[in-house]
Amino acid sequence: MNYVITKNNKTLSFVLMGVGILSIVYGFATDSLRAWGSLLMSNFYVMAIALAGIFFLAVQYVAEVGWSVQIKRVLMAMGTYLPYAGGFLILIFVVGHHDLYFWTHHEYYDKASPDYDRLLDGKHAFLNMPFYITRLVLYAGIWSYFALMLRKESLKEDIVGGVINYKKSVKLSAIFLVLFAVSSSTSAWDILMSIDAHWFSTLFGWYVFAGMFVSGLTVIAMLVIYLKRSGYLPNVNDSHIHDLGKFMFAFSIFWTYLWFSQFMLIWYANLPEEVAYYAFRQDHFKAIFVLNFLINFFCPFLILMTRDSKRIKGLILFIGSIMLIGHWLDVYLIVMPGVVGDHATVGITEVGTTCFFAGLFLYVFFNSLSKAPLVPKNHPMLGESLHHQI
Amino acid sequence: MSKQIFAIFNDEDVLMKSIKPLRGTGVNIKNVFSPFPIHGLDTELGLARTRISICAFLYGLTGLSLAVLMTWYMMISDWPMDIGGKPNFSYYKNIPAFVPVLFESTVLCAAHGMVITFYLRSKLLPGVTAFVPDVRMTDDRFVMQVELEDAATEEQITAVLIQHGAEEVKEYGK
Repeated sequence: MNYVITKNNKTLSFVLMGVGILSIVYGFATDSLRAWGSLLMSNFYVMAIALAGIFFLAVQYVAEVGWSVQIKRVLMAMGTYLPYAGGFLILIFVVGHHDLYFWTHHEYYDKASPDYDRLLDGKHAFLNMPFYITRLVLYAGIWSYFALMLRKESLKEDIVGGVINYKKSVKLSAIFLVLFAVSSSTSAWDILMSIDAHWFSTLFGWYVFAGMFVSGLTVIAMLVIYLKRSGYLPNVNDSHIHDLGKFMFAFSIFWTYLWFSQFMLIWYANLPEEVAYYAFRQDHFKAIFVLNFLINFFCPFLILMTRDSKRIKGLILFIGSIMLIGHWLDVYLIVMPGVVGDHATVGITEVGTTCFFAGLFLYVFFNSLSKAPLVPKNHPMLGESLHHQI
Repeated sequence: MSKQIFAIFNDEDVLMKSIKPLRGTGVNIKNVFSPFPIHGLDTELGLARTRISICAFLYGLTGLSLAVLMTWYMMISDWPMDIGGKPNFSYYKNIPAFVPVLFESTVLCAAHGMVITFYLRSKLLPGVTAFVPDVRMTDDRFVMQVELEDAATEEQITAVLIQHGAEEVKEYGK
């Protein structure tokens, strides 16, 4: 059975994209710095969700998981957004790098200039335009390639049958996971940490990955529930929802663990070059700083703790929406104070720009979901998923 | 205590399929012993859900409270210490430094509390002889414990059990 795009799906994505484009225009007309910051953070936020979908898919293949077979097509459809996200990633950097990343300015590397910056010069071997753009192209290329190849193998499996395609998918996933282990960390340094180019944190890559994975898992759970409620995926039962809820619960704690590990070491050691990042955010963004921790830890922790709450679809949708807002604030706190400075606020520009990318994501997602059967037909472990019970 | 008999099965599918008809004919199944977990067995048996998760939450809260009390007393109240120039006369300003202690104590109490509660509820303590109706239940046999309300019905129920696929029916330890 294929998914049929409804009129509402289309209207929703086009309205979101329309609102987004208007907000981007409004942003550039009022404060272009805010507009660039919003573009960077919104694209990263939505890209992270698609990327988490592919990461989760690869984990399912490598660990040879049975229960998740029915939702694999959802993950694959999420991954088809990656080429678009990668394109935007490169485009935003190429056009907006002077506003977004101060390390791209030439005067910091000129020893004769009064603005000469020894710290930035020391990082020049890594943070320079040709190498940086090469890395962005590599990230976008690698992620998109594996996302599309995994989908292709699975679609071939529907026609051919047997386990040849499955074995190929496992191999592809294993290679992807190794590359992702490196690229998830380095891409976090490149895209987000280099905004504050003087600052550094060894835990940053993991911390960004944790936020990425938990928002991705939340979106997976919400999309599966949406499909289930629209009358698709008839064999997805409460146990599948329970498992997805467990992932949301576990990885929001994982995120908190990394958030706190990074924060506490910097807070305790109190080294000026490290603490600058948190001091700035605590001084000027105290409310968002506290809110970020509260919603991303206490809400999922307390609400999703019991077994029953993970099986109530409405509750998962509710807590999922809160977590998505929470992780949006998390990305906001990483990007905007660095790009815009102490007068950054949350307004039409920031929210509207995210609407654009969310709309595009939904459009691409539903489009590619409707082009293939919703459940893999010849997956070797399909039976296990149909009778999943915990 | 009413009399217990034990039906031995050699296939978990046969056992699973026999539960519903057996309960339908009034056989009082108390428990099933299996060398590995059988999915769906507890819902089929109609067992009440475990309350150990509630215990875990309460033990965790206990551990958290104890750790808060301990860190507050040691580091703020009794002997304030200046570590890295951190403000040391207020608890909330120092709390990031205590979070690892709070976390570890929560986990320690929750984990140990759960294990000890589980042992007590399962009557597994050092020196206690374990309840093993048939040693083969740790290897390749599945044992169904049936309680007889009336000892006179033993023969009849044994026949029903055999009819539903039990290999043999025996009494404890015999």
